Amino acid sequence: MSQAMAPTVRRQNVRQNHLQKKLYIWGGLALLLILAAFFSDYLCPYDPYVQDMSMTKAAPSAEHLLGTDRYGRDMLSRVIAGSKTSIYATLLLVSFITIFGSLVGIICAWTGKWLDTVLMRLSDMFLAFPGLVFALAVAAVLGGGVHNAIFALAAISWPKYARLARSQTLAQQAAVYMQAARMAGSSNFKLIRKHVIPNIAGPILVTAMLDIGTMMMELAGLSFLGLGAKPPVPEWGSMMSDTRNLLPTQPWVTLAPGFAIFISVMIFNLLGDTVRDYLDPKNRR
Amino acid sequence: MNYAIRRFLQLIPILFGITFLSFLLMYLAGSDAVTEMYSNRGVEVAQEIIDERKAALGLNLPFFQQYLNWLGAMLQGNMGISYVTGEDVLTAFMRKLPATLLLTGSAVAVTVLISLPCGILAAVRHDRLVDLLLRFGSFLGNAMPNFFVAMLLMEFLGIQLGILPVIASGTDIESAIMPTLTLAIAMSAKYLRQVRSAVLEELNKEYVQGARARGVSANVILWKNVMKAAMLTIMTLLALSIGSLLGGTAIIESIFMWDGVGKLAVDAINMRDYPLIQAYVMWMAIIYVFVNLTADLLYHYFDPRIRLGGSAK
Repeated sequence: MSQAMAPTVRRQNVRQNHLQKKLYIWGGLALLLILAAFFSDYLCPYDPYVQDMSMTKAAPSAEHLLGTDRYGRDMLSRVIAGSKTSIYATLLLVSFITIFGSLVGIICAWTGKWLDTVLMRLSDMFLAFPGLVFALAVAAVLGGGVHNAIFALAAISWPKYARLARSQTLAQQAAVYMQAARMAGSSNFKLIRKHVIPNIAGPILVTAMLDIGTMMMELAGLSFLGLGAKPPVPEWGSMMSDTRNLLPTQPWVTLAPGFAIFISVMIFNLLGDTVRDYLDPKNRR
Repeated sequence: MNYAIRRFLQLIPILFGITFLSFLLMYLAGSDAVTEMYSNRGVEVAQEIIDERKAALGLNLPFFQQYLNWLGAMLQGNMGISYVTGEDVLTAFMRKLPATLLLTGSAVAVTVLISLPCGILAAVRHDRLVDLLLRFGSFLGNAMPNFFVAMLLMEFLGIQLGILPVIASGTDIESAIMPTLTLAIAMSAKYLRQVRSAVLEELNKEYVQGARARGVSANVILWKNVMKAAMLTIMTLLALSIGSLLGGTAIIESIFMWDGVGKLAVDAINMRDYPLIQAYVMWMAIIYVFVNLTADLLYHYFDPRIRLGGSAK
């Protein structure tokens, strides 16, 4: 049932090749999603903003594959156009918290003393708030809009990266090679750039990749509550909340953006899992 | 017991931090609380009256002075009154809290009922068909935002099959089923994985192999040894995941019109009723901190390695 498998070289090779293949597949799909979001203006069969009052609440048909909403706007076009807001906002958010959090973490580990204490206590404060609760309040104070929603979620999620980067940097600092590099006359900046960052990038990257899906769902959640993108800008979360009273009669209108979130999150989660396995030293040749 | 005291002391700065951040938020937003209050009531008043009110409420004092005044009032249970209804904020919050606790409690119960057996089964049948199916299911659940799950349940259970009310008509059992299921599905998807890996980790320890070699039956090993050891981790993880549940209730309550603090907060956000938002944020954080503390203390109390062995980890 649970005997440890002997990690023979051959078995590891097979596993590594398999992982590489998965990495290409999920990475390719994720890239496709990002490109689709980028070129969404050209991909939409109709203008996502144009209202056609003769075609309101139409069922899916050959003309309108996902039907139309209550203003006669083509749902497929709106879902495609929504990818731009949803996917780019998520990627922006994740890159921001990854870079900002990691920098704080590295600075804490490097300088130590009071700055470390102050910043870490500050991150404890943010971590004391459960999940979306604090983000809700921040977004409420800032008053909606995609940028404010990004800021609200960034405010609650940077501490995770700061702690990770801090502990990873501390581990690197203790390593013998670091002392050697320091004795060879490397400046602090060079030590961080040449030795710390390349060595701690792996775990941080994995955390960031696995966070993309979660962040996409939380952004959509804030938009759903009216604290993210504002209509008529197409965004998946706000589209669902906008059309939720159509659920009994035209469920496709409400559910289509939901499936879009579901599929995108799934692809990014699969990519994240694969990157994690790929970078795991246990699977290395 | 020393540990418990230390943990309590560590809590003090955190609680200060929570109150400080909650106050800061409100300060940044409601620097013009008085104007907001009058405009919410639909009255047009002269600037002098506004300034007078501000002075009376101490809103032109320095920031830290205001914070200390607010903290003092808060400790006496006075968190201000709602801009919209004029009701005492704390009373309003406490009145709605039981409904949310009920929903959270039932969601946790359903989560445990789903993910504990499934997680153990997946770990025991590691890499077999059942395990793959369960992992696939939890993977799907992990990729669904909770409001999407809510919509799907509404569509299939509420509209297509018509067996459950789509909108809560109160806080009765029938209305509670769909919001509970929504929260439980999202939480089970995460928790099942954690249970599985906790049990799997324990199953891979050498003593299990030893026991098996001595001919101890698989059932005895699983229930008497492995589960006993894995249970602690499993319970701690459950307490930790309550945080995401508390945040998730806001969306779910407002979708299903469940009359709890989450819906209260979302309504307050739409009305820019800042004192209410502040009370919600602060009390949710305090509840969360205490849930975590309890979990941590129980862990320390029940783990004999820590209770008896001192600092050994």
